[in-house]
Amino acid sequence: MQVRTLDLMCASAEPSVPPARKRSVVRALLRLWPYVRPVRARVFGAAGVAVVAASLGLAMPLILKWIVDGPVSEGDTGGIWLGGIVLLCVGVAEALLFGLRRFLVARPLTRVEADMRSALYRHIQRLPVTFHDRWATGQLLSRATGDLQLLRMFLAFGLTFLIVNTATILVGVVILLAQDWTLGLVLIGPVVPLIVLCALFEQRFSVVARRAQDQMGDLTTVVEESILGIRIIKGFGRHRSQAEAFRALSGQLRETEMHKAKLLAGIWFVIQAIPEIFVGLALVLGVIQVSDGNLTAGTLVAFMSTAMALRWPVESMGFLLALCNEAATGADRFFDVMDTPLPGEYDGAPSVTGAADGMRFENVVFRFADAPPDSTPALDGIDLHIRPGETMALVGGTGSGKTTLVGLVPRLHEVTSGRVTLDGVDIATLTRDEVRRQVAVAFEEPTLFSASVHENVAMGTEDARPDDLDRALRVAQADGFVHALPHGAATEVGEQGLSLSGGQRQRLALARAVVGNPRFLVLDDPLSALDVHTEARVEAALREVLATTTALVVAHRPSTVQLADRVALLSGGRITAVGTHADLLRDSAEYRHLMTGEPVPHEERPEVSVR
Amino acid sequence: MTTTALDDRELPPEAAREHTEPVDDPFDRDVLPAPKDASRRLLGSLIRPYRARMAVAAVVLLAQQAAVQAGPLLVAYAIDSAVPALREDDNGPLIAVAVAYFLCAVGGGGFQALFIRLTARLNQGILLELRGRIYRHAQALSLDFHDRYTSGRLISRATSDVQSLRELLNEGLQQLLMIMVSIVYIGGLLFYLDVGLGVAAVVSFVPLWFLVRSYRRRSAERFSRRSTAIAAVIVKFTETVGGIRPVQAFRRERANDEAFERLNRTHERVNGDTILEMGRFIVLSRCVAAITVAAIVLWGAQRVASGELALGALAAGALYIRRLYDPLDQFAMVLNNYQSAVASLDKISGLLAQRPDVPEPERPVRLPERAAGTPGREVVFDDVRFAYRTGGEVLPAFRMTLAAGETTALVGATGAGKSTLVKLLARFYDPSEGRVLLDGTDLRDLTTAELRRGVVMVTQEAFLFSGTVAENIAIGKPDATRAEIEEAARAIGAHDFIAALPDGYDTDVRKRGGRISAGQRQLVAFARVLLADPAVVILDEATSSLDIPGEKAVQEAMETVLRGRTAVLIAHRLSTVEIADRVLVMEAGRVVEDGHPADLVAGTGRFSDLHRAWRESLV
Repeated sequence: MQVRTLDLMCASAEPSVPPARKRSVVRALLRLWPYVRPVRARVFGAAGVAVVAASLGLAMPLILKWIVDGPVSEGDTGGIWLGGIVLLCVGVAEALLFGLRRFLVARPLTRVEADMRSALYRHIQRLPVTFHDRWATGQLLSRATGDLQLLRMFLAFGLTFLIVNTATILVGVVILLAQDWTLGLVLIGPVVPLIVLCALFEQRFSVVARRAQDQMGDLTTVVEESILGIRIIKGFGRHRSQAEAFRALSGQLRETEMHKAKLLAGIWFVIQAIPEIFVGLALVLGVIQVSDGNLTAGTLVAFMSTAMALRWPVESMGFLLALCNEAATGADRFFDVMDTPLPGEYDGAPSVTGAADGMRFENVVFRFADAPPDSTPALDGIDLHIRPGETMALVGGTGSGKTTLVGLVPRLHEVTSGRVTLDGVDIATLTRDEVRRQVAVAFEEPTLFSASVHENVAMGTEDARPDDLDRALRVAQADGFVHALPHGAATEVGEQGLSLSGGQRQRLALARAVVGNPRFLVLDDPLSALDVHTEARVEAALREVLATTTALVVAHRPSTVQLADRVALLSGGRITAVGTHADLLRDSAEYRHLMTGEPVPHEERPEVSVR
Repeated sequence: MTTTALDDRELPPEAAREHTEPVDDPFDRDVLPAPKDASRRLLGSLIRPYRARMAVAAVVLLAQQAAVQAGPLLVAYAIDSAVPALREDDNGPLIAVAVAYFLCAVGGGGFQALFIRLTARLNQGILLELRGRIYRHAQALSLDFHDRYTSGRLISRATSDVQSLRELLNEGLQQLLMIMVSIVYIGGLLFYLDVGLGVAAVVSFVPLWFLVRSYRRRSAERFSRRSTAIAAVIVKFTETVGGIRPVQAFRRERANDEAFERLNRTHERVNGDTILEMGRFIVLSRCVAAITVAAIVLWGAQRVASGELALGALAAGALYIRRLYDPLDQFAMVLNNYQSAVASLDKISGLLAQRPDVPEPERPVRLPERAAGTPGREVVFDDVRFAYRTGGEVLPAFRMTLAAGETTALVGATGAGKSTLVKLLARFYDPSEGRVLLDGTDLRDLTTAELRRGVVMVTQEAFLFSGTVAENIAIGKPDATRAEIEEAARAIGAHDFIAALPDGYDTDVRKRGGRISAGQRQLVAFARVLLADPAVVILDEATSSLDIPGEKAVQEAMETVLRGRTAVLIAHRLSTVEIADRVLVMEAGRVVEDGHPADLVAGTGRFSDLHRAWRESLV
């Protein structure tokens, strides 16, 4: 009974799924059918081959017996050779059939696994950002790897042998009953108590197994943190609670694993001992019957050999069922994600394309999907108009909702009510693709993908010409350091490539945003990691781009605000002031505080919004 | 305006050039060099303490197999002896059979249960030890190592690599024992039946051994290709999920679909290859088994004909010899487990082979008591020279005294040697030559605990450990009372925001509502230092910009922390330099200017030039 491996390592916060209706193993596994359907012939063919191979295996002792009892005892040389050849042929045939079984399913089932993984990846890519905020990467990854591998193993091995062994047991039981129905009934006797005991065990074991998984997750977290926080630990020379947590958790995990082993040992005892006791009982009864003359010795021998041949199929049912159970859990976990609906696309006629109207927020309310419905929304009645070609700076304290607000424009988040329009068109009436074609974004946390600098920048547009690329790099003041890279713009960066400094990454992200000459630009504090000199140069170059672009720029520093024509002050999810930098400095105490650090008079202090 | 960054954060041209030369850096690969056979020795050293218990487990398994295998013998005895005896009204043999069968059933199950528990205890002990070793070793290794090895790799050493050993232990070891026991049993029986049969069985293992060897070699190659392929899939997957915002905002979905599809199909192909490779092994080994069985039966039959072999011995031997080869499939699985565990152990032993740079002193010395009211301690760099082991001298002979209570700012470009200097002072490294003295005591003579009472370093990244805010502050002084923690937070100016969190000081920083901004994290880090109350504090100022109110709060907190201590600052902002008593301008490992900030500004040196440039950039 092996335990799934991958999600042990990533057992971090899994979003709490509401206690599902009584989970059915069969129903969960049946859901895999659409993926298995294309290869069903191979899968069932393989099961058929396995049945034949198993029968050949069972025939071997009979052939041996025949050779020994027949030709060998009779000294028939020709018969011996014949027997040897038959033995060889059956043995080789059995070997080849086992090979054929593997050959039949190996490729098709790896394809099924890959298909499911691709489907999962496609789905995940298109799920909204709010989904990703709730799900840890490790949880998604363990579904794409560990769970799918487990499902393939189940289909390749578990399912086949479940069929083969069930068939063997049924046939065996029929044979037993046919040989002597009273003795047969004795052997079937323990089936019901065994099933009950197994079910009880399953219940208790799953609780402990889950506990072990959680403890493993906690232990992993401690290890991760002691590595990520190594500078602090070394700087202070100790972090006693980390080391203690590690020791305590390792100890706990060990105890839980021992508890698991104890339960496992118990169930193995039951599975092995109980049927054997009943086999012994049948033997004793059989011997009495034989001595009474009610049964022949030959029948008793045959009965006992059949009973013993069933030993392995019966014992294997234990772990095959456990595999089924795990596969069902894996399928559930897979469909947890696949069942999350993709956001729908608007299918009505798009509203009339207006003339250049810039970007408008009209009474926009936004509440996080997992926030209680009666809580204050993160954004509450936002009205804001950015005129065509205008640059609007968005200023606000920590947690005021700036990042959420700018996320609405490329539809990374969807408004709860109200609307956002681009040139008079409600973005909800456009496809997401269309919206994102019009709006380019640079995020505060710049992400580079494992690809060349060139590809990273060019992903901002469909058809980047070399000129565009050079211009974008110049605007972001990135041309200098990019040329100094080992292979210039062809240098691989990201996880798998050269690691760049925060400032360099931020400039490439900015270049990516401006490369396609977008109509609308959304910049989330795009210069925060730059030093003053570089920032000044980027700002000068960016000014040209912004002159003709409608832009919304989140700003922390007066120097960034200088890029904008007007400033909007966001406070506690509302726009509390709009005007020029000078206006706001004069009129708004909160703005003054944010821009100069001058303390806010107490009665005007904005509510601290903590998210 | 004071938000000025002092140095350009870009790579210096030298550093950029470095990457053009294909230097074979072991850190580029996942496996660090380890002495040959290190992984086998690691496995050996983990298992050695459990040798006795392993022997006990093997004996238990032997007993279990004996109980299981006794069934057919009892049936034979029952029919041959108990039936006739019963007919004679002697039910003794029947009762004996019944009791024996019952004992075997209970014994088989009981020994199996005992075996599971014994091996579980053993496995858990081994895993506990290995996890502990990795954890302790990672903590002991230098920061330089951590910088180069990346946290991701280290984490996967401690998790997925340990996991693959766990699989080997949980499944492989047990199966291997079972296989060995069953081979020994059957081999023994064959020898007992007939020496010739036994020898023939042993001979048949020669081709099997070659087969196993070839499978091992071929599958190792397939496995490594598969693990490369799945790693590529995982990287692409994680990168996409991690960067989902830009992925969606820049409509990368379709291009990603294609890229992922390629990687996924490559994995599909090599995954199929490994499965078929195992299929090939199983088919071939079973064919060898079939040929052997046929050959032995034929040979045995000849010997029966010539009277050398008893008929019964051949009958029993032929049945047993087939079962000799039954565990071959399982053996292939064990081999697979073993191979993936060895790959992991290679990586782990490479990590464990790295030596920590700063050993604990053999004869520790205590720092002299500080007279009440004296600010900080005196720091002396006594002819210190430092070169990284990978080459390149960083600090050529360096002599410097930092007076007790003095605040010194270090200024200079990236790579000028600022961080090396402070790392020597924090004893993250030991100097190649010379000594670093704290109130006259060599840092190498202090235990870690004693050293950290004297010197504490605060780095740029304000990482928070999971747990409450109070626990995070208490890292500075683990036995601090709540009152002390709050006092420190108040002094730093962090009390207000902490009190406004959902559960105040008890807010879990990883839970919803516990979000703490970058500026607030810095304040928590400063509160830690205040609580630790070291004589010498080293601050590596954060370069990422905060908003203006955050900036101010951090600035004030910093001044609180510096008060009454010897302080060394790696400064990135003009405002920080201005609060220093002394500025050291560094270039290529040397101090090129040294003096009070005002004097340096008034002079004509580099600092004065730099200062002018900042001033201008502020307009």
